[in-house]
Amino acid sequence: MGKKVLLIEDEPNIIEAVSFILSRDGWEVKTHSNGHDAMEAVRRRAPDIVILDVMLPGKSGFDILGEIRADPEFAGVPVLMLTARGQTRDREMAERAGASRYMTKPFSNADVLDAVRALAGA
Amino acid sequence: MTVLNILVLVCLLYVVLLFTVAFGADRAARMGRVRWLRSPVVYTLSLSIYCTAWTFYGAVGFAARSGLEFVTIYLGPTLVMIGWWWTLRRLVRVGRSQRITSIADLISSRYGKSNLLAVLVTVLAVIATTPYIALQLQSVTLSFAAFAETDPTATTLPDMQSTALLVAAGLALFTILFGTRNLDANERHHGVVMAIAMEAVVKLCALLAVGVFVVWGLGGGVGATLERIEASAIARFDVSAGRWVGLTMLSAMAFLCLPRMFQVMVVENEDEDHLRTAGWAFPGYLMLMSLFVLPIAAVGLDVLPAGANPDLFVLTLPLGEGRDGLAILSFLGGFSSATSMVIVAAIALSTMVSNHVVMPIWLHYSGGAAMVSGDVRHVALMARRISIAGMLFLGYVYFRISGGGTALAAIGLISFVGVAQFLPALMGGLFWRGATRTGALAGLCVGSAIWLYCLFLPSFGASVFMSEAMRTTGPWGIGWLRPYALFGAEGMDPVLHALMWSLLWNAGAFLLGSLLSFPQPLERLQGAQFVNVFDHSATPGGWSGGMAKSEDLLIMAQRIMGAREAQALFSAAAARQGVAGYLPEPSPDFLQELERELAGSVGAATAHAMIAQIVGGAAVSVRDLMAVADETAQIMEYSSQLEAKSQELARTARQLRQANETLTQISVQKDGFLSQISHELRTPMTSIRAFSEILRDTGDLSPEEQTKYAAIIHDETVRLTRLLDDLLDLSVLENGQVNLNVQSGTLEALLDRAVRAAGGEGEHFIIRRDREAEQVALSTDLDRLAQVFINIISNARKYCDADPAALSIRVTVSGDDLVVDFVDNGSGIPTDKHAVIFEKFSRIGETKAGGAGLGLAICREIMARLGGDVSYLPGQAGAAFRVSLPRAAQMAAQKAPGLAKS
Repeated sequence: MGKKVLLIEDEPNIIEAVSFILSRDGWEVKTHSNGHDAMEAVRRRAPDIVILDVMLPGKSGFDILGEIRADPEFAGVPVLMLTARGQTRDREMAERAGASRYMTKPFSNADVLDAVRALAGA
Repeated sequence: MTVLNILVLVCLLYVVLLFTVAFGADRAARMGRVRWLRSPVVYTLSLSIYCTAWTFYGAVGFAARSGLEFVTIYLGPTLVMIGWWWTLRRLVRVGRSQRITSIADLISSRYGKSNLLAVLVTVLAVIATTPYIALQLQSVTLSFAAFAETDPTATTLPDMQSTALLVAAGLALFTILFGTRNLDANERHHGVVMAIAMEAVVKLCALLAVGVFVVWGLGGGVGATLERIEASAIARFDVSAGRWVGLTMLSAMAFLCLPRMFQVMVVENEDEDHLRTAGWAFPGYLMLMSLFVLPIAAVGLDVLPAGANPDLFVLTLPLGEGRDGLAILSFLGGFSSATSMVIVAAIALSTMVSNHVVMPIWLHYSGGAAMVSGDVRHVALMARRISIAGMLFLGYVYFRISGGGTALAAIGLISFVGVAQFLPALMGGLFWRGATRTGALAGLCVGSAIWLYCLFLPSFGASVFMSEAMRTTGPWGIGWLRPYALFGAEGMDPVLHALMWSLLWNAGAFLLGSLLSFPQPLERLQGAQFVNVFDHSATPGGWSGGMAKSEDLLIMAQRIMGAREAQALFSAAAARQGVAGYLPEPSPDFLQELERELAGSVGAATAHAMIAQIVGGAAVSVRDLMAVADETAQIMEYSSQLEAKSQELARTARQLRQANETLTQISVQKDGFLSQISHELRTPMTSIRAFSEILRDTGDLSPEEQTKYAAIIHDETVRLTRLLDDLLDLSVLENGQVNLNVQSGTLEALLDRAVRAAGGEGEHFIIRRDREAEQVALSTDLDRLAQVFINIISNARKYCDADPAALSIRVTVSGDDLVVDFVDNGSGIPTDKHAVIFEKFSRIGETKAGGAGLGLAICREIMARLGGDVSYLPGQAGAAFRVSLPRAAQMAAQKAPGLAKS
């Protein structure tokens, strides 16, 4: 344990909730709240897992995911995508862009925890 | 009370009457009662400024000195009005279709909107008019002095200089007050024209009254008076045919070219048809004015002691007989003639000076750009006011220097010859398409130089500007350069001599220069418009607006015409093109219209230069075309028409593309609507679900954490509720099922409430209001209107990126609408977003400031229900929203009692 999660999300309350759930489970949680320099945050934090929202100010989550996958150093990092739109088209786009897991808001806390654990173990 | 005191009192009363008439007419015009102001009678009477104090007093003097010759001064204009009616009509048509502001503007506009020509004409006009203004001041002071002499109780004679200064200052004040109300010189000065019309009646009545008195009171009836004329020296004067024809021609030319005549005849003209009435009525007026000139001159010579100034017979005859009342009336007649001429001349010249000299210089030095922010109207108006004061001051200085000695008529004729120099360029421009700028410049320069040398400078008397030796033997002893006998033309009358040589050389240089030079494309186009003004009043324009930015044009137009006028012009043009909002497509038609509107304010040359600055070198393509194919003007115009057509096609294609883009954009937004709603609902629900699970599943939460998480759940629930409220509100509004709850209140109270609800002012947010303008009683759904105001104010608070952010709330009543503008000082909203900000879920920028992007969409729906509109106002300092409400929603715009100015 003690692995590092980077949460890229712009809603302060959701950040707070996810941070609470994961840190109680022993994760080290770093957060970042805009799209412009999300990739720099990934490089700086070098996380074990990235949790990525789709609608971010400055840049879409899909674009950021593309950048992560394009970077040889982080191409293999598991990425859990969160979306509030919940349309099948989004799910397809996420899968095509290389998302490891895809979850629709609102989610149950247990599901997030399970997903993160599963991705970390994979 | 002495006669002199009564005279001063009457004078003051008369001035008060003038102000009242002018004020009343202006007021009536503003309230839309212009029918009687626009009658042909008023137009005809206003033309009578041709009869200045020179005519009023001087004609009798003229007759006493040289017999029937005085008739020439009336004969010239009469011939023009009757025989040249079609020329005048052409002049007026051109003036109106090109929105000409002065004779300098007309000549510059015809010759390719050349400012150099305009400056030349302006300078010449100022030189020629200054003595004339001095002449008017002199006549008023002389007539004052005549009264003082007969008044035994007056211990001290009134100081001539101070009388003149007072008169000059008073006239400057009147002219500035009523002549510079609006910047658009092409707009009618109803107040001034009405006052002049009244003065025309006063001077005619005065002269007729004196005439009747002289013939029946002094002369002993018509028969006896005719005998006196027969017996007097007047009948024995030998009228030289040459001088007779020359003076008649001269006065005819001056009638067309005098800046003040141009002002009343062309610029102030309301309706071309008025010329039809003036064509017979004005000669009739002149005939009445000249009816009693000979009897007064003859009886004056007979009755008054030898050596009495014949220029003042009109005044001294009744005075000598003790008819003080009649004398005062006669004085008022002279006073009227003098003041009306000075007022109009000052308006005409100040327009020329400010448009062609001050504005170009100011534009050049203020960075040369038409895009600098700020209003230029005050600059132009100030320039015009200062020029008026300057003109009158110049006239006063001339009066002081010349000492007021020369006979009145002499100065008048000198001025006439000066302005007659405009004639070749003016007539050539109206009738000959081959006339060019080079020709006009050459003619004007040569003609005015000869006039200055042969007539104007020598007129100051020996050794002021010209030594006696130079006059009698010529400069450096060259005999054929003598100013009064140029090229050996000896023994001629100086006026005729100068007229002949100056016009001969002027016309010669004009013809030769025009034939030898090649006109610029713009000159050709303007030439065609002037010469064929009756065939096609609208011709292919020189503008192609492909690169022009409508918003830049709007910003410029707002600075020159004023925000409201410019916005009205732009939105009308946009409506004609079928485009919504304030920014029409910059088509050649629109650009031409805009240029003409601007020309009405700043003159053709400046307006052209300003538009060229924004639109870019549109005329260049036409010129290139010309240079390559040395074609005739017709072919060139045809090809420029073709070019315009192809540009129009390109524009239509662009409009179609734009329409398509808008449709696609809207359809994408419709597609995204559900996904948006989903997102807006799911986001707060995520927080609610996550924290309620935390509260449920986590056993060891501290009380602070419990409170905090419960508060988050609570806030998110509120947010969710608000979103649902907005959605329902919007849906109700869109379906038109809303019931309006009409209440009454003042706009001020409503804005107070909205400002409070939007969070009020703070250190970083300032609101500027004009409480006086907000005293408007409203009767509408106040809650709904407040909702709109709150939304706009909170948006400014949230999104305005200036620090401190300042929001100005401006209230105006525009036409049938009450308009409330909200303008902030931030960086505004990019032009490409103007069309979509009122759409649902549209947020400017990516920042999430808590809103769902429904606010403006709701505002738009509300305003539609209230019968008004809310729109984005481009071309302001920052983001600007305009809320307009039909007048029906106010209670006749009456001020709320007890609320005015607390």
